Amino acid sequence: MKTLLRIFAVMRKEFLQLSRDRLTFGMIVGIPLIQLLMFGYAINTDVRYLSAAYVDEADTHLSRQFVSELTATQVIDLKHRAASLQELDSLMDAGQISIGIFIPEDFDRRVIGNGRQIAQLLVDGTDPIILGVAQQLTAAPVAFDNQQRTSQQNRIVVRNYYNPERRSAVNIVPGLVGVILTMTMVLFTAVAIVRERERGNLEFLINTPVKTPELMLGKIFPYIVIGLLQLVIILSLGRYFFEVPIRGDYLHILWASLLFIATNLSLGLLLSTLATTQFQAMQMTFFILLPSILLSGFMFPFDGMPPLAQAIAEVLPLTHFNRLIRGIILRGADILSMWDELIALAVFMVVALVLSIARFRKRLD
Amino acid sequence: MADIDYAIQATGLSKQFGSLVAVNNVDLNVPAGKIYGFLGPNGSGKSTTIRMLCGLLTPTSGSATVLGLDTRKEAEALKQKIGYMTQKFSLFEDLTVRENLEFVSTIYTLSGRTRKARVAELLTEFDLADRSRQYAGTLSGGQKQRLALAAATLHRPSILFLDEPTSAVDPQNRRDFWETLFELADQGATILVSTHYMDEAARCHNLAILDQGVKVADGSPRQLGKEITSQVIEVIAQDPNTARNCLSDESAITSITQLGVRLRVLMPKQQRDGVQLVQKRLGEAGIEAEVEAVFPDLEDVFVAVTELRRREDEGKQDSQGEAA
Ligand SMILES: Nc1ncnc2c1ncn2[C@@H]1O[C@H](COP(=O)(O)OP(=O)(O)O)[C@@H](O)[C@H]1O
Ligand SMILES: [Mg+2]
Repeated sequence: MKTLLRIFAVMRKEFLQLSRDRLTFGMIVGIPLIQLLMFGYAINTDVRYLSAAYVDEADTHLSRQFVSELTATQVIDLKHRAASLQELDSLMDAGQISIGIFIPEDFDRRVIGNGRQIAQLLVDGTDPIILGVAQQLTAAPVAFDNQQRTSQQNRIVVRNYYNPERRSAVNIVPGLVGVILTMTMVLFTAVAIVRERERGNLEFLINTPVKTPELMLGKIFPYIVIGLLQLVIILSLGRYFFEVPIRGDYLHILWASLLFIATNLSLGLLLSTLATTQFQAMQMTFFILLPSILLSGFMFPFDGMPPLAQAIAEVLPLTHFNRLIRGIILRGADILSMWDELIALAVFMVVALVLSIARFRKRLD
Repeated sequence: MADIDYAIQATGLSKQFGSLVAVNNVDLNVPAGKIYGFLGPNGSGKSTTIRMLCGLLTPTSGSATVLGLDTRKEAEALKQKIGYMTQKFSLFEDLTVRENLEFVSTIYTLSGRTRKARVAELLTEFDLADRSRQYAGTLSGGQKQRLALAAATLHRPSILFLDEPTSAVDPQNRRDFWETLFELADQGATILVSTHYMDEAARCHNLAILDQGVKVADGSPRQLGKEITSQVIEVIAQDPNTARNCLSDESAITSITQLGVRLRVLMPKQQRDGVQLVQKRLGEAGIEAEVEAVFPDLEDVFVAVTELRRREDEGKQDSQGEAA
């Protein structure tokens, strides 16, 4: 009873302070908005309209058809027709184009002849994404009406599950839920305690009868509410603005997110027992955030990573949450079918919470 | 059982931060229901001692019992019984006066009805009722101090630790504050208050003088004045500066403090005819002055005991130097 009262006291205080802290409040709403717009729009991995130029030395009916089909893919934007290979080179050097297409004089013969390259693709390989796009172009179906066509056709047909339009928002929005929650939840709690230490409040607090777990729980609760608020913001924007289909059960999303929020808050508490200044707390947060963004499968597919990176990823809560949330939102999976990820998150939470309670001393030395 | 009831007892209390000895082998006996002062300049270890007594810092060596509870092992049990007003304002600046007191009343788990009544009572008692909706961060020094004291006394602790409570407060507020302290002591609370103001120290029932972590003297202000090993001679001169220069050559004199036109001259008690000695020196230099022996005040005591310690230290170093 007394325990509940003390937890309530800390919680109420925390809520009051939060409602007056404009900066934090701005971050609660601002971070999801900015991140969503940034990743949803600006950082768009669906590449379209790369500037390109071509040289057509053949200038035949067939070569013109080839060029128009490439244009039709919308991947490239053919701006120029250059006079020579040299001109193509210099355009590329000047950075005006990222893709150049060279069609040789004997284009028609090459198309009919077996096995020889029909044209040359010059690519600015400094950007791996562009290189990837160029590879797509080589597979572009060039529908010439001639007998040799079959030998050039792709034998493997890729069927796109869950994301038939190949839009990156579909993959990124659920991933962003985890990234944003990691960023804000860890930071807020890490800073919350360190700030009280810096301001001197802690010297008063630890001289009251409040117990360490009571203090910790009281501090965590308000942020759970904030985490859920962010979840609602991200999902509604994702659903209605980026048209990300939500195939799974909302309740399952809620449970997975609650667990993940609690995990991050515990992690933040742990950091707050290690940091002595708010700046240190922030640095430590980024120390967790950066590998989370890079290795959790948010940016790059988990399966494509080297074993060491995969091993590191397994000890990041975000990796497990990404599997959960993508599973639920995109595949409509049942949360219990991914019970191992739930357990992983729960273990993180308990370990972090126990460690921070053990590390936090109601003493100044 | 001793005939005096002690609220705080400490033996050999020491605290070391790295190589710095902040508190050095301090013994304390603080009688219950009295106001006990810690007098000492900045850095003399007042805050560190208070923190050790609250159980916030672990002593490097020595031990202390507060209300019979060991501060190392029973710090948690102690929390409900003590109040602590930190040197730096430590309540929440972004909460209002009332919210701060409400928080404190809840964290000390006062029962629902008592809680409301107690907060209202404190708001009037500490003259904060018309400020109750103001953010604590926007209060003046005196108001902050009253709020902090209200918060520290809210759960009616039997011991109050006040760390330099009047350092950011004007003289009128300081007087009022001390009135409140006497009322609290009358109600039975033991109060341990640190200060670097002599006039405040003089109001305490008992006090300990700290210097560089060492307790150099303790007792009631009167007793300290009596037991001092120096005699005090007051010199009132037209030109105190020349008088001072003239006297500083006299080897019997241990210290001279100037207060306006007055000089407080200290010399060991063994020195006989101190007044005549001073008159003679001033006469030789042709300086006119009134010279009389006076009863030592706390400032004299403070100067005398810290001076004595410096000399002893130097003596030790000298003899060490000779030995080497
Ligand atoms: N946490 C700490 N770490 C290192 N040194 C400290 C710490 N706290 C106090 N000190 C040092 O101990 C000495 C005594 O400090 P303090 O007890 O605050 O003195 P006072 O309260 O009398 O001004 C000072 O020299 C101070 O710098
Ligand atoms: Mg101090």
